[in-house]
Amino acid sequence: MALLQIAEPGQSAAPHQHRLAAGIDLGTTNSLIATVQSAMPRTLADEAGQVLVPSVVHYRASTGDEGDATEAPPEVGHRALALQTQDPLNTIASVKRLMGRAMADVLKAGAPPYKLLDGPGMVSIDTVAGVKSPVEVSADILRALKARAEASMGGELTGVVITVPAYFDDAQRQATKDAARLAGLHVLRLLNEPTAAAIAYGLDKAAEGTFAVYDLGGGTFDISILRLTRGVFEVLATGGDSALGGDDFDRALAHWLAEQQGQTWSALSPGEQQHLLTSARAGKEALSSFDAVDVAGVTVTREVFAQCTLKLVQKTLLATRRAIKDAKLAVDEIDGVVMVGGSTRMPVARDAVADYFGKPPLTDLNPDEVVALGAAMQADMLVGNAGADGEWLLLDVCPLSLGMETMGGLVEKIIPRNSTLPTSRAQDFTTFKDGQTAMSFHVVQGEREAVSDCRSLARFELRGIPPMVAGAARIRVTFQIDADGLLSVSASEQTTGIQAHIQVKPSYGLSDDQIAQMLVDSVGRAQADMQLRMLREAQIDARRLLDATEAALAEDGPALLSPVERQHIHDAMNLVAERLETEADTDAVKTACQALNAATTSFAARRMDASIRKALSGRVLESIS
Amino acid sequence: MTITMTEAAARHLQKSLLKRGKGVGLRLAVKTSGCSGLSYALEFADEAAPEDVTFETQGLKLLVDAKSLPFLDGTQLDFVKEGLNEGFKFNNPNSKAECGCGESFAV
Repeated sequence: MALLQIAEPGQSAAPHQHRLAAGIDLGTTNSLIATVQSAMPRTLADEAGQVLVPSVVHYRASTGDEGDATEAPPEVGHRALALQTQDPLNTIASVKRLMGRAMADVLKAGAPPYKLLDGPGMVSIDTVAGVKSPVEVSADILRALKARAEASMGGELTGVVITVPAYFDDAQRQATKDAARLAGLHVLRLLNEPTAAAIAYGLDKAAEGTFAVYDLGGGTFDISILRLTRGVFEVLATGGDSALGGDDFDRALAHWLAEQQGQTWSALSPGEQQHLLTSARAGKEALSSFDAVDVAGVTVTREVFAQCTLKLVQKTLLATRRAIKDAKLAVDEIDGVVMVGGSTRMPVARDAVADYFGKPPLTDLNPDEVVALGAAMQADMLVGNAGADGEWLLLDVCPLSLGMETMGGLVEKIIPRNSTLPTSRAQDFTTFKDGQTAMSFHVVQGEREAVSDCRSLARFELRGIPPMVAGAARIRVTFQIDADGLLSVSASEQTTGIQAHIQVKPSYGLSDDQIAQMLVDSVGRAQADMQLRMLREAQIDARRLLDATEAALAEDGPALLSPVERQHIHDAMNLVAERLETEADTDAVKTACQALNAATTSFAARRMDASIRKALSGRVLESIS
Repeated sequence: MTITMTEAAARHLQKSLLKRGKGVGLRLAVKTSGCSGLSYALEFADEAAPEDVTFETQGLKLLVDAKSLPFLDGTQLDFVKEGLNEGFKFNNPNSKAECGCGESFAV
């Protein structure tokens, strides 16, 4: 008969109505799947008892005779990993780095050993089984995890929670959702990895306080500052380095080993390099348990390893410091540090973290499994299994400011960086020219003042705005980010209610080095950006003033001004125009505008008198009051 | 009337209760539904209801409501692993037939 799990009171499912949910940690190097059974979260293993699935997929040529082009199913996991050295072109590892990324971004981090093809929005990989997109490769990994879960749980999955790095942008998140759909999985929610880790630790111990989640995986580093208060989680800030992980520690040691053997790294063949990397990895792992090990005939002590990897550890602490600052906190306000990711087993990491925070980090849970366990707990809740008081809120943040382009090539930030998600903000915009009937919207991402210094996400148009005087139209633009970090932008004209809407799927992913650089730049260039903004605003005002003066002259010039006066105003206008043409500085533009305003003061007064006279002429006192 | 548990079941129940952090024991019940008449239910029990009968075994409490008891008399609760799947199993001497999927049974 079917095996049973213990349900919450009153929640026993009728036969064939079990809601099976799982949490998936889709990692760069390894993936896992976990579920909650009888109130206990547990990771699911294969027949050999192995829980971790290497995120590696090996593609084979189609089998079958002529006329029967059936594609041989790919190998996923340990079997695929074993084929990496002998068939690097068709064995895809670390596909997470390619999700939602274009060729330029991928190459910046170093070209992988398989054949990449450029494409709109995302690269693809040329394999012996055809061209594969990173979404398809990830789907193959997810399919394997799904099969394992359904065999272990005795039924079909109702839904899953998949974790993503806190830094993943819209393109990367959408790619992850697409992969899940392709694998036949219903995604209940995408969950940020540090938040999942916090759930795994926080709920179990009913902890309250402010925590840092230090996640050092095989290929990426993520630092997050979280606040827990009676089941409510809030992500205060995020930071990290997507090109820093356990692999880099392996490389550092491998380079040192090469030197010890009297060779330069670049002079070695790929095969020799791979061999040293494998040895270095084994040595690194052994040093987590022993003070000194022998690697390829060389004695490596913990001190030596610490020396080799000092710069890498310092990088993580730098990102950590920045995140704490973004959260507007001091180091001593952090109540505890959670270590996530296999690489946090390294004594160098634990010691550095303990030293920096002034307290030992939390390492009770298996660092490889903690993210998957947290995801499983949330999946269990979302699918409706948890008891009445198993409700908790998750607030994640958006890592970069989102805004709109405004006149002068400036950015109006609508959703500031590190805003909690989901969030919705609206702002009113208006037309620039008289009779303007359409408006073009450019959605950008970044911290700089100039649009050209930010990332372009999407463009759309709103047409059919009723012709009005410039500045009279009210167009409400709403930015909405859902819990999964996907952005929707809509613009609606308030009098007619006409609307334009875009579900933003950004064309390009963003490399995390660029994100970090953008943050650094925005601070370093803050002065210059402010000055640029002031110049642009002065230029806009000047143009508006010219347009208004032009219109006024056309209407009342001949009637109210003598030719000399008209010439005087034209001269002042020409000066302003000249200052605009020659890109004069802010002060020069402003003084020219002031001069024009002075020149038109009496003209404006006469226009006012004239219009009042027209309104009053022929009227008796009683009819006016 | 006796309801018993194997050591494996007791161990797993103990762990689950600890993880959950609360509960007085395990509730065993029989519900009418499914393709072959009746089905089992296993739930955490936060309190004993007036019509419950409590069995104490290996330091743990098993609660059964009066209506389910006749169907469960003599049942032994076990915890087993079948392939990749693991979970609780009812070894019920009263069960005469089971539906194809093993979800329901008849007496």
